[in-house]
Amino acid sequence: MSDIKKIKDEYLNKLDSDLNIESVNQIKTELFGKNGKISNSFKTLGSLPNDERKKFASDLNSIKDELQNKIVTKLQEIETKEINSKLKNEKVDVTLPEREFSLGKIHPVSQVIDEISSIFSEIGFSVEEGPDIENEHYNFTALNTPDNHPARDMHDTFYLDNNKELLLRTHTSPVQVRTMLNGKPPFKIIAPGRTYRSDSDQTHSPMFHQVEGLHIDKDINMGHLKGCLNYFIKSFFEVDKIKMRFRPSHFPFTEPSAEVDIGYEMKDGKIVIGEGDKWLEILGCGMVHPNVLKNVKVNPDKFQGYAFGIGIDRLGMLKYGINDLRAFFETDYRWLNHFGFDPLDVPSNYRGLSR
Amino acid sequence: MKFTIGWLKDHLDTKKKDNELIEKLTDIGLEVESFDKLSSDLDSFKVAKIINAEQHPNADRLRICDVDIGEQNTIKVVCGAPNAKKDLLTVYAGPGSIIPKNNMKLTVSKIRGVTSYGMLCSESELNLSEESEGITELKSSNYSDKIGKNFFKSKTEKVVDLSITPNRPDCLGVRGVARDLAAAGAGKLKKISLKNIKKNGSQKIKVSIIKDKNQGCNAFGSCLIEGVTNQESPHWLKEKIFSLGQKPISAIVDITNYVMLDLNRPLHAYDADKIDKEIIVRNSKKGETFKALDNKEYKLDDGMCVISDKSGVLGLGGIIGGTRSGTEINTKNVLLESAYFLPRSIRKTSKLLNIDTDAKFRFERGIDPRSIELGLSKAAELISEICGGKISNFDIQKTDRYEKNTIKFNVSLFEKITGFKVNDNEIVKILTELGFEVSKKNLELDLKIPTWRPDITQQIDIVEEIVRIKGYNNIETLEPEKTKIKDTLNKQQKLFHFLQRSIASKGYFETVTWSFTDSKINNLFRENLKEIKIVNPISSDLDVLRNSIFSNLTFYLKKNLDRGFKDISLFEIGPIFQDNQPGNQLTVIGAIKSGKVSRLNWNQKERPVDVFDVKKDAIQTLVEAGYDRKSLFIKDKSPSYYHPGKSGSVYLDKNDIEPIAYFGDIHPNIVKKLDIKTEGLLGFEIYLDYLKDNKLKLKDQKPNFEYSDYQKSERDFAFVVDKNFKAQDLMEIISSIDQNLIRSIKIFDIYEGENIPDGKKSIALNVTIQSSEKTLEESDLEKINKLIISTVETKSGAKIRS
Repeated sequence: MSDIKKIKDEYLNKLDSDLNIESVNQIKTELFGKNGKISNSFKTLGSLPNDERKKFASDLNSIKDELQNKIVTKLQEIETKEINSKLKNEKVDVTLPEREFSLGKIHPVSQVIDEISSIFSEIGFSVEEGPDIENEHYNFTALNTPDNHPARDMHDTFYLDNNKELLLRTHTSPVQVRTMLNGKPPFKIIAPGRTYRSDSDQTHSPMFHQVEGLHIDKDINMGHLKGCLNYFIKSFFEVDKIKMRFRPSHFPFTEPSAEVDIGYEMKDGKIVIGEGDKWLEILGCGMVHPNVLKNVKVNPDKFQGYAFGIGIDRLGMLKYGINDLRAFFETDYRWLNHFGFDPLDVPSNYRGLSR
Repeated sequence: MKFTIGWLKDHLDTKKKDNELIEKLTDIGLEVESFDKLSSDLDSFKVAKIINAEQHPNADRLRICDVDIGEQNTIKVVCGAPNAKKDLLTVYAGPGSIIPKNNMKLTVSKIRGVTSYGMLCSESELNLSEESEGITELKSSNYSDKIGKNFFKSKTEKVVDLSITPNRPDCLGVRGVARDLAAAGAGKLKKISLKNIKKNGSQKIKVSIIKDKNQGCNAFGSCLIEGVTNQESPHWLKEKIFSLGQKPISAIVDITNYVMLDLNRPLHAYDADKIDKEIIVRNSKKGETFKALDNKEYKLDDGMCVISDKSGVLGLGGIIGGTRSGTEINTKNVLLESAYFLPRSIRKTSKLLNIDTDAKFRFERGIDPRSIELGLSKAAELISEICGGKISNFDIQKTDRYEKNTIKFNVSLFEKITGFKVNDNEIVKILTELGFEVSKKNLELDLKIPTWRPDITQQIDIVEEIVRIKGYNNIETLEPEKTKIKDTLNKQQKLFHFLQRSIASKGYFETVTWSFTDSKINNLFRENLKEIKIVNPISSDLDVLRNSIFSNLTFYLKKNLDRGFKDISLFEIGPIFQDNQPGNQLTVIGAIKSGKVSRLNWNQKERPVDVFDVKKDAIQTLVEAGYDRKSLFIKDKSPSYYHPGKSGSVYLDKNDIEPIAYFGDIHPNIVKKLDIKTEGLLGFEIYLDYLKDNKLKLKDQKPNFEYSDYQKSERDFAFVVDKNFKAQDLMEIISSIDQNLIRSIKIFDIYEGENIPDGKKSIALNVTIQSSEKTLEESDLEKINKLIISTVETKSGAKIRS
């Protein structure tokens, strides 16, 4: 017994010293190899008397376990140590730039169109579209603007043929005509899109964007028009209160017609919408003219309603502080990067219109 | 439409303040563009203070003064006056000012090497006194709080500038504006005061209107005033003409202009002695010519309404007079014309000849046909008052009687349209004050429409009159209802928005460019589409509608390269046009990429962008939008503006005819022609109209979830095939061998060169095999292995590489 106790103490001692994997394995062999000290001790079991054998076997087994555990622990210790010292040499400079990524951008016009669609979606409007090329009838005549009407002069029209029959639409209003001709009332639509006028200076560009709105039902009156626009403007500019003014005006396709101004003030060179004592014209609207309804086969004695047209680019300029309309269409990478929106920033009513 | 408040008060009896009137005008639909004093030459003289004065380095007698003119920064002025000292208040004239004494115009100038911005003025230079020794000295008690303000008080009255909508010709005269204001409760409309003028004898010059089916004149009134002394207009008249920023010419011309602006009654004055015998109002004959008062010679078409005499055309009725019969300062006998010309005729003629005049503007919109006599009376009265002369009786020729039109107005329509009520008495009052003759019959009003309101033809016009005079602020703001008739977006619109954001999320900047483009660039991308010319383009390099988005994208990409950007990704989603018919347009995504990937990157190897970059962007976008990658089919055909060897087209299905997308290198010839300098120029296009939408909702699209937990095995193969053999075909051959077992195929190497025969290439691929029923044994795998090799070899002529 004292022999094996000695072996145990001796090797536990050895294993506590600073060893490498090879020397631990050497110890393992010395103890448990074919002729190892512990293996040999087991071989002596058979020659012991019965009464001693049991005790000795038990002691021997516990010593074996103890030594084996010690070896395993020691090996793990050494491995961990070796890994740790290896890792010290593997240090990288994590302040180096990450792998390249590129961020795309959504154009402000697209973002604003999505914002507008989201707002009108809330109050039950759906989105319609129409062609960019129109004929004279849909763009003017059907909209109660006959050929001899001076209002035609207010639209500097791009023509595609010498008879002035084909043209680029000067407003989104022909979508009203197409929508009503192709369906039956009630109608509750908006129609955003490109529009064109042969006009080019600091505040006009030959192409711009409008959104048309149309709501026709049995008893839609000017109060609904006011309510709808009030709701829209408030939501769009994300303000609680808005100063709004309806002014009588004239458009051939609506009557009574109105232009809408919103209040603003200048703060630190920036426009603040909703307050102040200055007025800014932002849209035209009115009750759809009975002649237009007749032209699209809707009975004006049974149905009535309103229409409006809003300049999208201008709305975007006001909301996001963009000064120059022409820059919208000049594809300056710096401008797109500055005013563009993250594609994941999708305007919606549950996330909110904008960040 | 311009006028002064004083002039307005000739017609309106009112106690309202100016700003109340201005506000009222806007409230009733007569939009005030501005209400300002006309700018005058004297506005550029400001009260100023010398902040500092130091000696000019190069001249003993000059000083350099820092002058406060009420702006953010002081201004440097070189001054020779001995009294130019610190803290002196004086008068400053900026560059552009005209010095009253000598009419000299100031400019920014260098005086002995020092730049001087304007000048400090002496009293003599300002015509205030003879004092020219030094600059004006202003008392600080009077002027210290006026720095930057105008030194001269403007004497002119403020001018109202209205923007009159085309439906309201009546408000192109001051009286019409006054009438509207009176109806809106801003005062009382005064009666027109006409003195009883003496008329003697008949108008001696015969006038006749020749009937024609398209005649442009139905009524022609005239009056002969003999023995006048034309002269400069009297002060009051000159002031009126001046106040509108116009120049007085002579009494007779000024009077006709005044009557036009006052009553919206255009007139024309002829020198009666220059008329050859008689006046004939008729349609022109093709080729007739005349010289108009704008000193241009016009050649007429037929059917234009002309005023002529025995010798020929005198003028274009209602548009412009001619030089041959114009009045001059020595004119003795005047024939006054007051006529009615039809808007349609005026518009047609003026458009054809491209003439715009005040008279044309008014007749085109509709002049009161019953104002002929009023106009003659008013003008004749003023002419005889100022220039003397004997007035003849009026001669009125007419072929139409111009009765007042009538409308029955159902009062309930007002509330139905506006949503609020106005009591009947008030409605009657408003309409009466606007000039309607109203008689009430139960729920209806019988209305006679004033002849100065050609815009009023039906009941809705009456609603508008009442609501605008009553005020739009009476309209309630109703909470919008949230009921939906239809989904906000249809499938195609959802796809549009999805693809737009999907592409932007791959690093592309969205742009919006014109729908028109330069035909020279467009032709590079036009293929066999028709060129769509714009008849009146905004400029010669935006002369056609685009047949492809690439023309604008390449143009702007080049501009950005010129700005110093190198690695650019741009896209636009929008219309391209197939011909000039409405609806023949396609919605297309065009994307373009230049430069390198990983330029100057410390741990990634940089390389030029290549065809597989754009192919990935196109395919990934389609897959994100819900199209199955396995059914997408690639062909190596593409439009001619792509590199013939490095581009392709994508089909939703192998058997489709119309591709949904193209991708590839832009053709090097085009890159060269456009002078684009970059390491690589790639593009792709997706045609939204050819993307078939999945009729099923997403909830109905998902198949059952099936998966296998049995062991997967992978096998590598390398086949030697013809160089032109397509990888896509090889993969299809393998995958169609057993779709239940062959789960995926990955190409991991393409090799040409040593050990591979000329004209051949080696494709190395890895095939994943897995059964959904059992763990495959070695013998099963060996079987499928052999099957893959033999099938590929027979179907493709390939050889397995050993």
